[in-house]
Amino acid sequence: MKVAFYPGCVSKGACPELYVSAKAIAEPLGLELEELTEAPCTGAGVLSEQNPELADALNGLTLAMAESKGADLMTICSTCQGVLSNHNYHLQQDAARREKVNGTIGDQGYRYSGKAKVKHLLWMLFEDIGLDRIRGAIKRKLTGLKIAPFYGCYILRPEEYLGLRERPERKTYLEQLIALVGAEPVEYRGATKCCGFPMLTFNREKSLAMGGSHIMEAKEKGADMLVTPCPLCHLNLDGQQPDAAKVLRKDIGVPIFHLPQLLGLAFGFSPDELRLNHHVVPTASALEKVELKV
Amino acid sequence: MQFTIEVGRYNPEGTYAPSASAPQEFPVPWDKAPPRRYQTYTVDLPEHAVVLDALIEIREYQDESLAVRCACRSAICGSCAMWINGHAHLACKSKLQAFTKDGKTRVESPPSMPVIRDLVWGMEPFWKKHHAVTPWLEPKQPVPGPREEYRVANAAMDNLVQEVSCINCGCCLMDCESFAINDNFLGPHALAKAYRYAADPRDATEKQRLGSYSGNGGIWDCTHCYECVQQCPKGVAPLEQILKLRKMAVDAGFTNNAGTRHADAFAESVRESGRLNELTLMPKSTGFFNIVGQLQTLPSAINMLRAGKLPPIVHHKIPGVQRIKTIFQRIGGRFKK
Repeated sequence: MKVAFYPGCVSKGACPELYVSAKAIAEPLGLELEELTEAPCTGAGVLSEQNPELADALNGLTLAMAESKGADLMTICSTCQGVLSNHNYHLQQDAARREKVNGTIGDQGYRYSGKAKVKHLLWMLFEDIGLDRIRGAIKRKLTGLKIAPFYGCYILRPEEYLGLRERPERKTYLEQLIALVGAEPVEYRGATKCCGFPMLTFNREKSLAMGGSHIMEAKEKGADMLVTPCPLCHLNLDGQQPDAAKVLRKDIGVPIFHLPQLLGLAFGFSPDELRLNHHVVPTASALEKVELKV
Repeated sequence: MQFTIEVGRYNPEGTYAPSASAPQEFPVPWDKAPPRRYQTYTVDLPEHAVVLDALIEIREYQDESLAVRCACRSAICGSCAMWINGHAHLACKSKLQAFTKDGKTRVESPPSMPVIRDLVWGMEPFWKKHHAVTPWLEPKQPVPGPREEYRVANAAMDNLVQEVSCINCGCCLMDCESFAINDNFLGPHALAKAYRYAADPRDATEKQRLGSYSGNGGIWDCTHCYECVQQCPKGVAPLEQILKLRKMAVDAGFTNNAGTRHADAFAESVRESGRLNELTLMPKSTGFFNIVGQLQTLPSAINMLRAGKLPPIVHHKIPGVQRIKTIFQRIGGRFKK
């Protein structure tokens, strides 16, 4: 299946392990990735806040690029998903707003007619690829691992823009996937909460306390690791975890996996191929449970 | 139809409090909340019944000791806001059937608020924040005479309609993630109210308001998680009002803060390369002359560098970046440069 692949800035920046692992699992999943190399950053909600019209034009351009490929746009980042879903929702409903965007981008080789579909890899697994195909690709059951899901705000809220009212099951895909690869999902409140990343530069201590306390809650409920479909959550939960531990005065030490790394492991890739040796929090403690090493 | 309701019982005087384990130390109020005992009731009600119907049924016919606060039963007064299955909702607006999970519905006072008894929680934190944003008009001169009224264009009020629907129920604050870790944060309801007055054409104090909302605990302490938008039973969408306030504050010149620096650095990076440059975003947002701030971020930068998690030193532009620059130029506004 061909998809218009939108990797997002972070997978090509501070989380290269996400890009590598997403590319790795594409083949076993039967995904043909046509990367949107000329698509701009979504603005992560920061640009729309100060200049809504600019964010509309930039995201309209990306949606038009996906449309011209004749394929669904696939994200691997909850934040990209949230922002693109938000703009797509409005641009699809509001013809005047769409025409305004087209007025800005029209002579740049693209027009958006409102037909693009924006889907996170997590949704595509269930809705387009299918569980049978995933089951067929599994070569290594991750039995014995207790995994806490961490969704990231923008793949859950606001429900209206994300199509969650029509498809409430999207709020359970991570748990289902964890069970599918043979691991045990950990139920805890933090799964749908905020990692604190959007506040990191404004209120560092509170941001770290926020992310850290969710990991601690998962740890207390027995989690060996967390898995997240959002690289921005990963930056806070993994990249900042040692600092969060200092703020909370707790020993945290819980590895955080990207969604494609979890799948890649189940598909038989080695931890090195998935760059599990390039995390701030060592992943060895979780890998040991399934008798793997980095 | 039979429904099973699990009610969180608590009385600070000790009658209903179990001798459970001591509260944990995390800075999250729901872990700090006093331990409570859950009591299970079964009620027989029509399938269209709401959670409040069940609570009234229990109080009237099964257990008169249950404390519930309610009045209008029509999602207008906001009295019956409580936690239902772990999230803020109005009990009178929540259908029992929709909220039955694993055969039961769990209701309790929000753990982030002081409990008076059972489902009645103290609204002091809510009103304290509410009053802190000067929630009234400071009239513009000249004040109309006793038989006159302020005349404003209809269009000028359109932006305020959404916030005016607020019924002060507290659903947004009780599920606010920033408030959960930061008592000092003004919170979604108060900031939405703040927008309503700052943007009102009849108010004379827009600039002072924007200055005070830009300070500590104000608009930049929101973590942008959308919980308030999700939980508001009246469609106020507090976060969206907070974002409008951020724009108003920046436009009014309140730019000496990490929030504005972050937005400017973000925009510059996208304008010049089409992508976010993570390497420069953090130091630019912190402010180059904020030495303490820069030092605070240093250990995590070193950790990430050692793990091989830092972005490439040479920031690559996307192909066709000229297209992005053109869009920035055409739209204009703050990020045009």
